[in-house]
Amino acid sequence: MTDPRRTQARRELLLALRDPARTRALEPQAWSALVSTARDANLLGALTSRLREAGLRACPQAQLHLDGMYAMGQRQHLSIQWEAHQLQAALGVLEVPVLLLKGSAYVMGFPEIGAGRLFGDIDILVPKAALADVESRLMLNGWVSDKTDPYDQRYYREWMHELPPMSHLRRGTVLDVHHNILPLTARNAPDAQAILARSRPLPGLPALRLPCPEDLLVHCLTHLMHDGELHNGLRDLHDAHRMVGLFAAAEGFWTRLESVAAGNDLAGPVSLGLKLLERLFGTEVPAATLATLSASASPDWAWQRWSPVYEAALLEPSTGVTSWRAAWARQRLYVRSHALRMPRGLLIRHLLRKAWMRRRASGTDNAAAPPN
Amino acid sequence: MTVFEATLHLPPFNVRLRSPFAAVRQHIETFYPQAQRAAGDACFVDFDIQILPGRGLRRVWRPQARFLLDGVEPFFPLPAAQAAPMFEWGMNWCVAQRPLGWLVMHGAVLARDGAAIVMPGFPGAGKSTLCASLAFLEGWRLLSDELTVLDPADGMLVPHPRPISLKNASIDVVSAFPGARLGPIYRDTRKGTVTHAASPLESQSRAGERARAAWVVFPRFEAGASLQVEPLSRVEAFALISEQSFNGERMGAPGFEALCAMFDGVTCYELVYGSTQDGITGVRRICAS
Repeated sequence: MTDPRRTQARRELLLALRDPARTRALEPQAWSALVSTARDANLLGALTSRLREAGLRACPQAQLHLDGMYAMGQRQHLSIQWEAHQLQAALGVLEVPVLLLKGSAYVMGFPEIGAGRLFGDIDILVPKAALADVESRLMLNGWVSDKTDPYDQRYYREWMHELPPMSHLRRGTVLDVHHNILPLTARNAPDAQAILARSRPLPGLPALRLPCPEDLLVHCLTHLMHDGELHNGLRDLHDAHRMVGLFAAAEGFWTRLESVAAGNDLAGPVSLGLKLLERLFGTEVPAATLATLSASASPDWAWQRWSPVYEAALLEPSTGVTSWRAAWARQRLYVRSHALRMPRGLLIRHLLRKAWMRRRASGTDNAAAPPN
Repeated sequence: MTVFEATLHLPPFNVRLRSPFAAVRQHIETFYPQAQRAAGDACFVDFDIQILPGRGLRRVWRPQARFLLDGVEPFFPLPAAQAAPMFEWGMNWCVAQRPLGWLVMHGAVLARDGAAIVMPGFPGAGKSTLCASLAFLEGWRLLSDELTVLDPADGMLVPHPRPISLKNASIDVVSAFPGARLGPIYRDTRKGTVTHAASPLESQSRAGERARAAWVVFPRFEAGASLQVEPLSRVEAFALISEQSFNGERMGAPGFEALCAMFDGVTCYELVYGSTQDGITGVRRICAS
C-alpha cells in the first residue's frame, strides 16, 4: 500500500522516537533528514524530549534546531497556563464545568504527554445547556468569533459539536468551545454528559476540569479518525502512545477504556487507533482489549479494514511529490471522515458548498507577502 | 531550463538551494562567490530552499516565482522577474521565523575590534545607507544589514553577512562609494526599486567572529537636517528595539533576559543626519565618547 522510498523517512523517525540511541552514529546529513522529517510531522519537540531523556545530543547544528523548538514548546506551555487562568477568570462566575480538552488538558494535567509539543488552539467542552452563557461571557472578556460568513456560522451551530472558533482580541489565541467531542450529525454518538461526569477538578482553578485518562485517550484516537486532514495525524498518534505509557500501569485501565469507548459508541475508531499505535509506535496493547473493542464495533463501517489506508496516509511526508497511492489514501480518508461526520445528503451539499467557497476565495488575490 | 543546485555556507547556516531561474544562479555567483560547498560535502542543512516557477498558466502568463522552504510555500508568489531578490527576502524570513533559540531583531549590525554598533531599522530611517557607508567608507565589519541576531547563551551578536539591500534614492548614493559592487536593479517591487550591494569580502571571511554590542543607535535621515546626536535612555531604547523584534514574543523569558543583558553593556543614541558625511561624523562622535 505504501511506497517504501517515500515513507522511509517517517519510518526512520518513528524508530528514533522508540529508540533514541539509534541516533548516536548519525552523520550531519542524516540529522538534516531526521530533523526536517520530524518538523514536517510536527514531532520535532517530541524527538527533542526523547533525546534529552536519553541524555543524547545531536550534531551541534541540529541541536540548535532541536533546542529552539523545545524552547518554543515551553513558551507555548506557559501561554496555555496563562490562558487557563484567563478562562477561570472569564467563566468562573457561571459555575458550570469547563472541561479542558486535548493540548490544554495535557499541559495542565499531564505534562509528560505534551513535553516539547507545539499547540494550536485551546479546546474546551462545556454542557450544551450552558453554551449561550459561556459564549457571552467569553465575548465580554475579549474573545470574538473568527467566522463571519453566515454559512460558516450555520455550519458550526447547526451541525457541528462546537461554536465557530473564537480568538482573543488582544492575545490572538484561538479558542474552540465544544459541547461534544464529535459533531451532532456524526454516525457515532458520544455521551458528553458522561464525559463531564467522569472528569476531575483541576487544583487551584475551580471552574476547570480534566478528562479522565480513558476519555483523554478515546478522544485523541477518535479525533484522528474523524478529522479528514491527517496533517497532524502522526503527532496525535504519538500523543496517544505517550498516554498509554503513562496510564496503562493503573489497575483496570484497559477494562475501563473498553467500557468508555463502547459507552460512547466509539469502539470501532478506538480499536483501529490502538491497532495503528501497535503497528507504528510499537505500543503494547492487550490482545483481549483489541478483541473486545472489535467485537463491539458496529460492523457497517469495517473499521479494521481501514488500517492500511491510514498507515499509508500517516507515513507519507506532507510535502513534496505525493505518490498516487498516498494521494488516493488521503482522498478516501477525507471523504470517509466527512461521511462519519454527517449523513450523505448533508455531506454532498456541504462539500459542494465548500468547493464553491474555495473557488471564490482563490479568485481574489489577497496575497500575504514576504517580509523585507 | 537547467536547475541550479548548490549547498551554500551562509554563516552561520548551510542552505540547500535549487532553482531553475538563471537570475537566481547569477545572484548567487555575484554575491556569494565563495559560499558554495564542494559537491559531496555532506553537511547539516539548516534551510532547504527552492525558488520555482509559478504553477500552470502562471509559468508563461505573467510568470511567477514561488519560494519554498522544506517543500512548504510560506508566502504567496511574486513576479518571476523578482526571483533573485525573493531569495534574499525569503532567507530573512527563514532566519526570523525558524526557532533556533536566538533573538532576531530588525536592524543592522557592524563591528570594530569586537565592539558592535546595532542600528534598529524603522522603515525609511536610512539604516541601510548608513550601514553601507560605515562598511565601505569607514572600514566597519558588516555582521548584517537587516538581522540583528543575539545568542542568549553567550550574549554575543551572531554575524550573518549577506548583500546589503538598497532601495530607491540610496542606490545612487551607495553606487558612488569606492569598493561598492551593486547587482541588477529590480523595479516595481513591493518596496519600490531595489538592488543589492555585495558585502565587503572581509566581512564574509570573518563571519565566524561574533561581536558584543557596545552602542545602540537609532538613525533618522532627514533631508537638509543638521547633525544631531542625542543620548537616549536605555529604557526608551529597550522599548523601541523591542518593537523591532521578530520573535521576542515567541521566545518569551529567554529572549527578554538576553536583551536586558545586552542593554547592560551599551550606550544608546538617537542620530539625526542629512548627509552621508554627517551620518559618519555622528557615528564617530558616538564611538569616541
